[in-house]
Amino acid sequence: MIIRALIFALFLGSTAAIASSTTEAALAADPVAEKRLQGLSEELRCLVCQNQTIADSNAELAQDLRREIRGMIKDGKSDKEIIDFMVVRYGDFVLYRPPVKGITLLLWGGPVALMLLGLFVLIRYLRRRATRIADDQPLSADETSRADALLKETTPK
Amino acid sequence: MNRYYWILGAFAALVALLAVGLNLNPRDVPSPLVGKSAPAFNLTVLATPDKTLGPKDMQGKVWLLNVWASWCVSCRAEHPILVEFSKKVDVPVIGLNYKEVRGDGAFDMSKMAADEEKKLAFQRANAWLSQHGDPYKLTVMDLDGRVGIDFGVYGVPETYVIDKAGIIRMKHTGPITPDILGQKIMPLLAELNK
Repeated sequence: MIIRALIFALFLGSTAAIASSTTEAALAADPVAEKRLQGLSEELRCLVCQNQTIADSNAELAQDLRREIRGMIKDGKSDKEIIDFMVVRYGDFVLYRPPVKGITLLLWGGPVALMLLGLFVLIRYLRRRATRIADDQPLSADETSRADALLKETTPK
Repeated sequence: MNRYYWILGAFAALVALLAVGLNLNPRDVPSPLVGKSAPAFNLTVLATPDKTLGPKDMQGKVWLLNVWASWCVSCRAEHPILVEFSKKVDVPVIGLNYKEVRGDGAFDMSKMAADEEKKLAFQRANAWLSQHGDPYKLTVMDLDGRVGIDFGVYGVPETYVIDKAGIIRMKHTGPITPDILGQKIMPLLAELNK
């Protein structure tokens, strides 16, 4: 129990340390600029830890890129200019929302196409089932009596 | 029966898609810089700290730019290949030492003065080259990694092939292997040097 508590305390301590080192840098000067930095860096992928944004990542490169963005905001660059700066260097891969173009068509259109295909298959199946049910003929008198006879034969006593 | 073939076919297609996808290297991000001019820089030369070097000085030559640092473990793996290359092939390799001190997690940069960092970086880079061999015609020092950002460096080592007009013709991320050197870099160099 004591060991568990200790481990938990250590864990808390380590996360607090990480949090303070990033917030410390983030608290720099002007809150409006920091908000822009936050917004921009949430749009950009960190290339070192590829499933994290520059905002989330604590990798060196992400820190450097946040520093670059902060510098560009200070220089009065627009959001578009800053995003372009990144794309020129790291390619579309750096964008968390890749632009719609030939090579990303499957990415953007794929889910929609799959859904349409699924809908198509589902509708076709439902229609066929409906006609099959409609086509079913009720049993004739002869068939009914045969079925009754069979049921009587197998009914447990 | 027909529909089972359908399902089987769809499943096979999915497996094929995943097999291809899983075999792609997610680290292999195509560089948008290939086909464009090498970004300009002007950095201090390791051997002669009073001099600087930039891509302009290499105009008219086909050359390699190799990004390295003494703290980079994979650089150690590719280094013998570069040393061998520099002995055999008459293509200058320029080293770009990337964040020699601040890239190494061992230092608290908030406590280090700029000239102290510089001194330490030069010391460490020189020591590393004398220990492992120096394949570089020159090494330039990118202490803060700004030039690295211009080149889109995100994992050291990286190697760029730059042509006579200063255009980047190829980028390789990660250590150079004999295969990559023999099958990709050498043929490209031969073609560019024609």
